[in-house]
Amino acid sequence: MKVKDIVGILKAEVLFEGNMEEEVVTACGSDMMSDVLAFVKDQSVLLTGLMNPQVIRTAEMMDMHCVIFVRGKQSDDTVISLAKEKNITILATPYRMFTACGLLYDAGLRGGCDID
Amino acid sequence: MSMLHLNYDVPGDDFTRAGEASGDVKKKLKQLGYEPDAIRRTSIAMYEGEINMVIHANGGKATVDIEPDKIVILLVDQGPGIADVEQAMQAGFSTAPDTIRSLGFGAGMGLPNMKNYTDEMEISSVLDEGTTVQMVVYPKK
Repeated sequence: MKVKDIVGILKAEVLFEGNMEEEVVTACGSDMMSDVLAFVKDQSVLLTGLMNPQVIRTAEMMDMHCVIFVRGKQSDDTVISLAKEKNITILATPYRMFTACGLLYDAGLRGGCDID
Repeated sequence: MSMLHLNYDVPGDDFTRAGEASGDVKKKLKQLGYEPDAIRRTSIAMYEGEINMVIHANGGKATVDIEPDKIVILLVDQGPGIADVEQAMQAGFSTAPDTIRSLGFGAGMGLPNMKNYTDEMEISSVLDEGTTVQMVVYPKK
């Protein structure tokens, strides 16, 4: 699916529009950045409840195209401006982590782990 | 002989800026045309090390020497030092305070990640003096 498809699936608000035509295949849902760095391989989408700039830096390190903030988190200007600098799309969904992950899994995104 | 020698100050009092140095290194490696695996391994390992310096050591200095067949990262701080390096290398072991855990770090995966992502890693540390971490990444031919 493309990043723009996620907007509809998750009833998401677009906080920063990067490349919405980017094709994404895998995703990761986590609030622990070191876990994302340790276990993520070629994931393009990060779902998280953590609203801080290190989420964007982690996404940049992992070459991710899109970060989705779950649980209807309020946006933070520092986070948005860093996302603009790195051209990473930022979405905010009212769904909580489990449901948001489930909806994306249902729509075809996978976790990218060997056990899938 | 280094093709490119980069120096960074990692400020200890601004968590927002933690990761700037490794982000810059990633950008430069891309511009120099290194293969994606080497770029990712170098920048993640350096990012984890940079975060560690901010969380535990009140910042430090990072230097990166980029050569055609290897990338050498040196992280030096004058923080409290690591009491037991072997213990610190265990996945899940962390001395990070709760405030850091609320920011998404402190899972105890930093040093293990750095070791897993790089080809060589050496840590030397003296209590009350500081810690030095040197890592080497060999790009694939």
